[in-house]
Amino acid sequence: MKINNTQPLEYSTEQNQLNILGFWVFLGAEIMLFATLFTSYFVYENRVGNGPSGAEIFELTPVLIETILLLTSSFTIGLAINAMRLNRKKAMLTFLAVTLVLGLAFLGVEIYEFTHYYHVGATLQTSAFTGMLLTTLGTHGAHVTFGLVWGLFIFIQIKKNGLTPATTNKSFIFSLYWHFLDVVWIFIFSFIYLKGMM
Amino acid sequence: MEFFERFAVPHPSPLIYASMVAIGLVIIAIVLGITYFKKWGYLWNEWLTTTDHKRIGIMYIISALLMLFRGGADAVMMRFQTSVPENAFLDAQHYNEVFTTHGVVMIFFMAMAFVIGLMNFVVPLQIGARDVAFPRLNAISFWLYFAGAMLFNVSFVIGGSPDAGWTNYYPLAGNDFSTSVGVNYYNWALQISGIGTLMTGINFIATIIKMRAPGMTLMKMPMFTWSSLVTNVIIVFAFPVLTIALLMGTFDRQLGTFFFASENGGMDMMWANLFWVWGHPEVYILILPAFGIYSEIISTFSERNLYGYKSMVGSMVIISLLSFFVWVHHFFTMGHDALTNSIFSITTMAIAVPTGIKIFNWLLTMWKGKIRFTVPMLYSVAFIPLFTIGGVTGVMLAIASADYQYHNTMFLVAHFHNVIIPGVVFAMLAGLTYWWPKMFGFMLNEKIGKWAFWFLTVGFCFSFFPMYITGLDGQARRMYTYSEASGFGPLNMLSFFGAGLMAIGFIVIVYNVYYSFRYAKRGIGDDPWNARSLEWATHNPVPEYNFAIVPQVNSSEAFWDSKKKGHKLFRGDYKEIHMPNNSGLPVIMAGLFFVFGFSFVFYIWAGVIISGIGILACMAYRSFEKDHGRHIKVKEIEETEDKFGGAK
Ligand code: HEM
Ligand SMILES: [Cu+2]
Repeated sequence: MKINNTQPLEYSTEQNQLNILGFWVFLGAEIMLFATLFTSYFVYENRVGNGPSGAEIFELTPVLIETILLLTSSFTIGLAINAMRLNRKKAMLTFLAVTLVLGLAFLGVEIYEFTHYYHVGATLQTSAFTGMLLTTLGTHGAHVTFGLVWGLFIFIQIKKNGLTPATTNKSFIFSLYWHFLDVVWIFIFSFIYLKGMM
Repeated sequence: MEFFERFAVPHPSPLIYASMVAIGLVIIAIVLGITYFKKWGYLWNEWLTTTDHKRIGIMYIISALLMLFRGGADAVMMRFQTSVPENAFLDAQHYNEVFTTHGVVMIFFMAMAFVIGLMNFVVPLQIGARDVAFPRLNAISFWLYFAGAMLFNVSFVIGGSPDAGWTNYYPLAGNDFSTSVGVNYYNWALQISGIGTLMTGINFIATIIKMRAPGMTLMKMPMFTWSSLVTNVIIVFAFPVLTIALLMGTFDRQLGTFFFASENGGMDMMWANLFWVWGHPEVYILILPAFGIYSEIISTFSERNLYGYKSMVGSMVIISLLSFFVWVHHFFTMGHDALTNSIFSITTMAIAVPTGIKIFNWLLTMWKGKIRFTVPMLYSVAFIPLFTIGGVTGVMLAIASADYQYHNTMFLVAHFHNVIIPGVVFAMLAGLTYWWPKMFGFMLNEKIGKWAFWFLTVGFCFSFFPMYITGLDGQARRMYTYSEASGFGPLNMLSFFGAGLMAIGFIVIVYNVYYSFRYAKRGIGDDPWNARSLEWATHNPVPEYNFAIVPQVNSSEAFWDSKKKGHKLFRGDYKEIHMPNNSGLPVIMAGLFFVFGFSFVFYIWAGVIISGIGILACMAYRSFEKDHGRHIKVKEIEETEDKFGGAK
């Protein structure tokens, strides 16, 4: 393995650079994936059939909590990467752990939100609108869940192997993923919740 | 017993039972054969676990050829059924199933696999790379495609085939009208292989952007590599749309949502829109690599450099952009206002312009060239006029008001076969013949190849040109039969005759493979066609590391320049080469995906959960695995190179 010392560790090998580029392309595909979901959501937004509309079921408080949790976690993963660049393993691990805990909390609130929808009679099978709402939120939530497990693996690997070209590369890519989920959430917050409640 | 009843074919016929027996026997024969010849180890070590792009490419191509025969059998059955009025060979339901599986198999599992197979084999060689960016991911792509293809193909013996057309429109594809599990299979098979395709897209973009040999700027890439780059960009942007559409379809059919339903807020046109937002770019995913192959072949066999390199690239980029803005032309008749139809009518016609530019570039490449009519060149030369006819009828279909006359008639069927067969299929056959010596170290017999070419070309004309006429006369597509009084009989008989000729053509190709394998001359040198691009600069067959020394590139035809202008391709000494290790993980993971899809199709939740956990476990294993590949020592390289007759 040739290591290029003029670059940050996560960019230091050829394969590492490829991984990062490949992941950016993957994020391009993810953008299309969520764009399709959003487009479909807008189509179904007012097609509520026999079910409730968005304004009837959305609750501001849990959504605000979720937003704050996820936005903060996006900040802390940034701090983690910063610590990683400074080669401070312990700080890096701490911020990564904080990120994951915040992500877990986000997921907890989202689960609460989903049970709320269930109780007010808004399920996948209620109408095209509720189905699409839950599919869009669910896809994002599934991404977060996947990210939590992935992040945990990276945590363990850094703990065991330290900050190597391999682990820093993974962490950096993970941070891209995590920021991306945050951006998607901002869209969800603005164009699903705020728009729906207005 | 109740558990097993769900696997019964709902609408069986002697033909299906016969196929079941045949499939069973073939599987037993293969297993016994491999065991008898003690080939399991070889199969596992050399093929199933390989991460070598060349072998993966070859596996794609073999699978594509198998699928070509499956889809071809469907085609002959359809043409036989419609060859005379009121034929009773297939009933309406079976006819529905046959045209559905024909379309799906040909587009997804034949054409896509063939295109990706050739890309896999050729692109890394053309850019002077040792492999793709993510060799392991490449293996996963292939095995996911393969799992999807197999899942789709078991449908007709277990549970019933899909029957709502390859376009799978709702409400027809919903539970009310498509009562077997067939459409569930459609959703899962395409979902699984679609993920594989998306990964291919990512892999090749990274490969082409980052791994080109020194000196090869973007505008010095061979045209096939350019077409692959553009194609993979389309893949990355188009396939996620299909992923969501299929997910919504699965939810509707299996989890009781209302997305494409006619009640409770659902909208069936949503499927048609999503499908074609993916579907129209998809036709360009197929045709652009074909254009790339023709560019390579025409320039090689005219012994001239490609005319209008820049405009070739530019037109491809324009096509790729436009291809995302034309999808509505597939349903002009389904209730939009005139303005919408007009806009999409114009965008569609606009695509003909860059396409036309390419046609002229090929013609001008041949102009005053020293043309050699080899088999690949014959296909390319036939492609130009035949594809032009297909393009012209495409523009006819793009006239929204006129489309009301011939939408969903045999005219449409003639159009798209007219672009897909001389366009895509001929390109694949031409490319396979062209690169065959690079893959296997001997040439396919030219004489037999020419027979096959003529059978296919003449067969194609007989088969599809009559459909333009019956279509204009009002023969609808996808009808299992028609009355004597309609007068469609004779022309349909002609089509059947043409289909027969094409079938003979494909059989001749198989014979050619057999014949050439036995009798063709070996030791044909590295450059049997007197070609121009880098893939011909290495040995024949290609060593696993492709190039002992990474080539230096000066133009889009570096190899030609090295032959004619004294350009020096290989400078410097051998260095240790880093190669990826084999891995069994991709094939195991794809097996789990197969189980996952199959269980989901039949609502076997235990299977879904277990295989789902298995898939995640594979990913976890991958995350913790330490696999840094292996190094080929200089001494070993020297030995290999000497065996091939000295360093190149
Ligand atoms: C100049 C280029 C082309 C134009 C203007 C064009 C135009 C059209 C139009 C307007 C339709 C819809 C007609 C209808 O449903 O009534 C159509 C259908 C279709 N075209 Fe093309 N096309 C072109 C090239 C191609 C190419 C290159 C391919 C494939 C390689 C292709 C494959 C198809 C397919 C598969 C369908 C319809 C399939 C179906 O409904 O089952 N076309 N085309
Ligand atoms: Cu189209």
